[in-house]
Amino acid sequence: MSPEFLYTLEVILNGLMAGVMYSLVALGFVLIFKASGIFNYAQGVMALFAAMTLVGIQNGQVPFSHLINAVFGTHIHGFGWTLPAFVAILLTLLVMILFAYLVERFVLKHLVNQDPIILFMATIGLAYFMEGFGDLMWGSEIKVLDVGVPQGASFWLEDFTAGWAAEGSEYYGMYIDKLDLVATVVAIALVVSLTLFSQYTKTGRALRAVADDHQAALSVGISLRKIWVIVWAIAGFVAMVAGIMWGAKSGVQFSLSLIALKALPVLILGGFTSIPGAIVGGLIIGVGEKLFEYSIGPMIGGATENWFAYVLALVFLVFRPQGLFGEKIIERV
Amino acid sequence: MNKGAALSSGIDTGEEILSVRNISLSFGGVKALTDISFDLLKGEVRAIIGPNGAGKSSMLNVINGFYHPQQGEVWYCGSKRKSLKPHQIAYQGIARTFQNIALFKGMSTLDNIMTGRFTHMRSNIVSQAFWRGPAEREEIANREKVEDIIEFLEIQAIRKTPVGRLPYGLQKRVELGRALAAEPVLLLLDEPMAGMNIEEKEDMSRFILDVQQEFGTTIALIEHDMGVVMDISDRVVVLDYGKKIGDGTPDEVRNNQAVIDAYLGVPHE
Repeated sequence: MSPEFLYTLEVILNGLMAGVMYSLVALGFVLIFKASGIFNYAQGVMALFAAMTLVGIQNGQVPFSHLINAVFGTHIHGFGWTLPAFVAILLTLLVMILFAYLVERFVLKHLVNQDPIILFMATIGLAYFMEGFGDLMWGSEIKVLDVGVPQGASFWLEDFTAGWAAEGSEYYGMYIDKLDLVATVVAIALVVSLTLFSQYTKTGRALRAVADDHQAALSVGISLRKIWVIVWAIAGFVAMVAGIMWGAKSGVQFSLSLIALKALPVLILGGFTSIPGAIVGGLIIGVGEKLFEYSIGPMIGGATENWFAYVLALVFLVFRPQGLFGEKIIERV
Repeated sequence: MNKGAALSSGIDTGEEILSVRNISLSFGGVKALTDISFDLLKGEVRAIIGPNGAGKSSMLNVINGFYHPQQGEVWYCGSKRKSLKPHQIAYQGIARTFQNIALFKGMSTLDNIMTGRFTHMRSNIVSQAFWRGPAEREEIANREKVEDIIEFLEIQAIRKTPVGRLPYGLQKRVELGRALAAEPVLLLLDEPMAGMNIEEKEDMSRFILDVQQEFGTTIALIEHDMGVVMDISDRVVVLDYGKKIGDGTPDEVRNNQAVIDAYLGVPHE
């Protein structure tokens, strides 16, 4: 095999894995949008908040320590423990469930039957509130997230592929980050279990029922408020997984919340209401932007990854506004 | 857990199971219902008829809790009902269908009817997430009930079809199946035969009478086809402009002058 072919293959693989990360974020949007018609602007901040909480709990940070110290003149900073990763993850999950309950109790409950734009504005408010609240709770410095996910090049893969190129060429094997491999496995497991849950359990059916018809769901005994708490809790869980993967990759800091913006083109490609769409959309954008950068990028000065996804989304909006898997938009006259 | 069976156990066939008393409902300045009272006896088929805009659907919406009347009371199984949410009323054994079919369009026939079993399933979300054990057993037990209903309604052939793809008549039948899956004490049917051809109407009439006879379910239905109403209902209540203008057996109602006027139209003085 020629080295060029192998490089291209490597770019595609890396693209697929970047795509998985985008899909993870987009998935959170789709879950909430399907069940309640709300475009949750706060999804990215939820991922940031979950990652911050995870780091804070794991390192035994005292929540609101700055505030407490400022008010009482104390000097507390940490509990002085380091929790095992899985305990910290479980506790973070509990925090995200509590968060879902509070959102329903104090925001959504009061906005039932409002226009989508009003709900959207509410989630913008929620996003800024959470961002500030997260800073206040855990501090705004950049944190290192380490839950034991392996990082760095996979030497096994590098050694394994090193001999693939033709004799004499300068090819040293494929470079793929172990973190990306783990993220891919986790994302696949997440999607499979979510799908099974929604297909074969009572609550899963109730989630799909609410997505289809609110009135009919009520008439068979489904409480919309309970379902919204569950949906936001699941979205919080997905946000936490995304937060862990992205946080491990680039540190836990404000820019983490901006991954939400990367999910937007994914949603436009995949359709706002389709879980398979979110996954395929993420993969297309991941592969597309990496391939484009690799092949066309050098000709036009590089840095195409910043805009490629949005331009692709624009093209889709013109030719296929409902996305790849979205329900066809039919207007009756 | 669905409390319908326990609530209605003390009431014998032919006794009052539900009554609405002096119900008035208005939206802003528009009066939808004015001082309506009538009762439903256990095991009967009770038709609610009237011209368009008479307030028939509003009446069903009051009974199943979508609307909360400004005045009046609903008595159910011998006691005055508190103001409840629709999903809480479902847990009391009241199920319904809708005038414009309200199925879960993306789901299969089987899943739609399974969703109707919601009030009979009690496993919590954690045990469902782990699937094995109680949640699985509950799923299998309820699935058997659903298969019985599918057989009863003769829709085996479309078990796995997404309901959005089914023809109108079959969708109506699946919606009836979803309501039946709740094993309701009281079944509310909002125009179950609207838009059907004669053959489909006959099938639906047969199913409604079978439900009444086999399960002893009390049925309140809104219907425009007078032939069907006269055939299958035990008693009829007639509404016009939100007021009750007739109540009695089909024969009594048929000969009631106010009812004839409402349907044929008389010049208002």
